[in-house]
Amino acid sequence: MAPALPRALHPVAWWVWAIGLAVAASLTANPILLALILAVVTLVVTNRRTGSPWAKAFRLYVILGAFVVLSRLVLHLLVGLKVGEHRLFWLPSVTLPSWAAGINVGGTVYLEGLLAAGLQGLRLATMIVCIGAANALANPKRLLRALPGSLQEIGTAVIVSVTVAPQLAESVQRVLRARQLRGQNAGGLRSVRQVALPVLQDTLDRSLSLAAAMDSRGYGRRVTESSQERRWGSAAPYASFAGLIGASIGLFGLLSADTPPVLGAPLLGLGLVLAVVGLRLGGRGVHRTTYRPDPWSWPETLTAATGLAAVVGSIVASHLDPQSMSMPVLPLGWPGLPWVAAAGILLAALPGYLTPEPPR
Amino acid sequence: MNPAIRFDQVTVTYAGEATPALREVDLAIEEGELALVVGRTGSGKSTLLGAVNGNVPHFTGGTLAGRVTVCGRDTRTHRPRDLADLVGVVGQDPVAGFVTDTVEEELAYGMEQLALPPEVMRKRVEETLDLLGIADLRAKPLAQLSGGQQQRVAIGSVLTAHPRVLILDEPTSALDPTGAEEVLAAITRLVHDLGVTVVLAEHRIERVIQYADLIVHVSPSGVVTSGLPAAMMATSDVAPPIVELGRYAGWSPLPLSVRDARRAAAPLRAALPAVPRPALATSRSVPIVPAVTVTTGTIGSDRDGGLVARDVVVRHGDLVAVAGVSLTLYAGEVTALMGRNGAGKSSLMWALQGTGSRTSGRVAVTATPHSQSPGPDRRTGASASGPPSDPPPAPLDPADLSAADRRRLVGLVPQSASDLLYLDSVEQECAQADRESHAAAGTCAAHLERLAPGIPPDRHPRDLSEGQRLALVLAIQLTADPPIVLLDEPTRGLDYAAKSALASALSELAAGGRTVLLSTHDVEFVATVADRVVVMAEGDIVADGPTTEVVVASPAFAPQVAKILAPLPYLTVDDVRRTQTATDTSPTEP
Repeated sequence: MAPALPRALHPVAWWVWAIGLAVAASLTANPILLALILAVVTLVVTNRRTGSPWAKAFRLYVILGAFVVLSRLVLHLLVGLKVGEHRLFWLPSVTLPSWAAGINVGGTVYLEGLLAAGLQGLRLATMIVCIGAANALANPKRLLRALPGSLQEIGTAVIVSVTVAPQLAESVQRVLRARQLRGQNAGGLRSVRQVALPVLQDTLDRSLSLAAAMDSRGYGRRVTESSQERRWGSAAPYASFAGLIGASIGLFGLLSADTPPVLGAPLLGLGLVLAVVGLRLGGRGVHRTTYRPDPWSWPETLTAATGLAAVVGSIVASHLDPQSMSMPVLPLGWPGLPWVAAAGILLAALPGYLTPEPPR
Repeated sequence: MNPAIRFDQVTVTYAGEATPALREVDLAIEEGELALVVGRTGSGKSTLLGAVNGNVPHFTGGTLAGRVTVCGRDTRTHRPRDLADLVGVVGQDPVAGFVTDTVEEELAYGMEQLALPPEVMRKRVEETLDLLGIADLRAKPLAQLSGGQQQRVAIGSVLTAHPRVLILDEPTSALDPTGAEEVLAAITRLVHDLGVTVVLAEHRIERVIQYADLIVHVSPSGVVTSGLPAAMMATSDVAPPIVELGRYAGWSPLPLSVRDARRAAAPLRAALPAVPRPALATSRSVPIVPAVTVTTGTIGSDRDGGLVARDVVVRHGDLVAVAGVSLTLYAGEVTALMGRNGAGKSSLMWALQGTGSRTSGRVAVTATPHSQSPGPDRRTGASASGPPSDPPPAPLDPADLSAADRRRLVGLVPQSASDLLYLDSVEQECAQADRESHAAAGTCAAHLERLAPGIPPDRHPRDLSEGQRLALVLAIQLTADPPIVLLDEPTRGLDYAAKSALASALSELAAGGRTVLLSTHDVEFVATVADRVVVMAEGDIVADGPTTEVVVASPAFAPQVAKILAPLPYLTVDDVRRTQTATDTSPTEP
C-alpha cells in the first residue's frame, strides 16, 4: 500500500472514535483501563493534530480534566462520606444536626474513600479528555456543515455562537482596559454593569452582522418549490418533533428495566425514522454542495471502527468479568486487567499510525 | 437597457423614528458602473446600500415604501439570501462577516450555499485567488491576515458567486494607505475587466473619486441626488482636498484625479511663493523644532518635553509589537503616529499611557497634572501638590500610578472609543466623568459643548454619530485635565466636517500647552493638524520629523494638495489660501 497523501480525516470519523472511547471510559472504574484510554487518546492527538488554533485547545481539556480530579478529591476531604480501614490523616470535623446525617464535614480520611473519589474524578476527566481530543482532531465548524438543511436557523445560531464566543473574551479584556482609562479600578457589583453593557452590545453587534453576512451570502436559501412541496415542508417540523419525543421515550424504555418492552426498541426505531423523515422533508428546498468534501474511505472506517471496538470490548468484558472492570476498594485490592477491554482500547491507538497525516 | 439597480420612490423609515432615513429616492445605476455613495455620517448611506440587497428592511426592520429592483428582482419578494447570486455585500469590518476559518473555505462558502457543483467551485476559487492576488494565502487562517488582505478575501468571498452587483460599505476605512490601494486596485479591476456594477460608500472620497462613474449623494434629511462626478462635486457638502482646491482656484471642469489637477495647476504653482506662509504662530506656544533633537533630547533639555519614552519594548507572547522605541513628545505640539496596520502604533500608545503592558523601557512624564484650579501656567498648578518654592517635580512614570492618577497625567482615547461608555445618556456620562475626575460639575459638559456643540443631553450615546461619540469620549478624558492626550485612530469613520472639527479641537489643545499624540492612516488629516510625524514599521520608528518633510518625501503618505503642487511644500488648501490672501494675489487668475 502506497503511503497516503496528507489529508484531513472526515470529522465524523474522529467524533465516533472519540465518543467510543468516552463511552468505554464511562463503563469502567478500573484505573489501568482509564490510564490506557488516556494514553491512547494523547498518543493519537499528538500524532494527528494540525497546527490550527482549535487543535491547541487540547491542552485546555487536559487541564480541565486535572481540575475535575482535584476538585473531586477536595470535595471528598471536605464533605465526602469517609469510609475504609486505612487511616491516612485527620481533619477537624464539624458535628452537623441529625437532618444532615450522611454529610461528614472533615473527620478522619481513609485511603479507600479517597481512592474511590479519585477514581470517580478520573473517569469523568477521561471522558472530558476524549471530547477534547475530538475537538482537537476535527474542526468543529466542518462538523457543522454536516447539519441537515432543515435545521438552518439552529445552524445559524450555532455558527454565530461558535464564531462569536471566542471574541467575547477579547471583548471583555478590551472593555476592562477601557475602564481603567476612566480611572476605575474598584470591582464590585456596579462594575459588572460597566463591563457587561459594552461587552454585550459588542457581542450583539457582531452576532447580528455575522448573521446578516451569512444571509446575504445565501445561507439557508431555498429553490422555488411547488405548493405541494411547501405543504409537505410545513409538516416537517411536527414530524421531526414527534419523532424526537418518540425516540426519547423509546430510549428511556430501553434503558429502564420496568417498562413494557413495546415502549423500548420499537418506539425508539419509529421515533428515529419519523425524525429523519421530518428533517429530510424540511431540508428538501435547501440545496447545498460542499467544496472539497471530506471523502469517507478506509481510514475513516478504520477510525470509527476502532472507536466502536473500544466500546464493544468494554461491554464484553463487563459481561465476562464484571469484577475486573472496577477497582476493588472495600476491601482494598489490586485492580485486575480485563484483556478484552484492554485489547479494544489498544486497537483505538491504530488511527494514530494508519490514517493519512494531516496537511501541514 | 434596464439599469442594474433601480430605486422607485423609495422611502425607508426605521421603527420608532419620526423622520425617514431615506426620502422618496429615485435612482438608477446602470450595469458596469462604479457608483460612489457620499454624504455626511449618519445620512443614510448604509441604509441605501442595505436596501440594494434587501438587508433593509428584511434584516434591519423598519418600513420600506416604494420599490427596489436589482437586475429585475424585487427586494419585496426576494430576501437577501435569494439575491445572493446577484448581489455581493462586503462590510466595513471584514472579520465580522467571516463564517469559516481559512481563506480557501471562506471563498467557497457562498458557492456552497448556492449549490454550485464542486468542479465549478474548485475552478472559481483558483481564479479568484489569482484575480485578487491572494493565492499565496490560500491555506492561511483568516485571523492571521493583515487588514488589507482580510478585506481582499472578503471581496473575493462574494466574487466567487459571480454577482453582477457588488456593494461595498467603506471597504478601506480601517486600512493603511497601502492596504487601501490594494483593495481599490482590485475593485477597479473588477469594474473594468468583468463589468461588475459596484456601489461603494466611502468617507475618504479622495481615494475613489477618480474611478467613479456616478456620484450618489445622500443628504442628512434622506434626500438622494445623483449625477456625474465633476458636476456633483462642484456643490457637494462633502469635498475632498482636491475638489476644495479646484473650487478655490476656480478650475472648470473640476479635476478629480491628481494627474488632471496637476495639469490645471500650472498657473497656480507659478503664482504661489516658494514657501507657504506659516500657520498663525500665535496659536502655538512652542515653535516647531527639527526632529534631530528628538532622538537625542533628554529629560533635562531646554524644551518642555511633555513625555519622554526610552527603549520601550512591548511583547505579546512571541510577537514583538514595539521594539525599543525612544520618543520625546513636546508640550504644545501635535504629533501624528503613522504606519501600516500592525506596526505597533496601538501597543505603543497603550504602553505610553501606562495601562497597556510594557515589557521593558522607561516612560517619564515631566508635565504635571493640572490641579483642581486650572490656570494657564502649569507650574503654579503643580505647586498645589508641594511647597510653592519647590523645583519642577520629578518626572512620573504613569505605569506606577493608580488608574485614577494615571488618567490625570495621560489621557487616552482608544480605537474603539465606545468601550468607555456604559450609561444611558450623554448627560449621565458627563456627570459620571465629573465625579470620577473630581472636577466641578459641568466640566465635561462644557468640554463637550466646545468639541461638538448642540448634542441633546438626553441622547443615548449609542445613537450619536461617530464624530459626536468621539467628541464625548474625548470630553470625558479631558475632564481629568491631563497634560498629555493620546488618540488612537480617532479619524475612523469621520466625515470631512467632523475631521475638521476634530482638527481644530486638537490644535486648540496643543495651543493650551497640552501634548497631543494621535495615530491615524489619514494623510490629509495629518497634513491639516500635525506639527510632527512619526512613522513606525515593525515596531520601530523609521521616520520622525516635521510634517512637511516626512509627508512630502513619501509617495504613499503625500496628501493630495502636496502631490498637485509639488515641488512646492504646500500640504493643505488652507496653506494655499492663507499664503495667497497674505500675498494678495487673485486666486482665480486664468
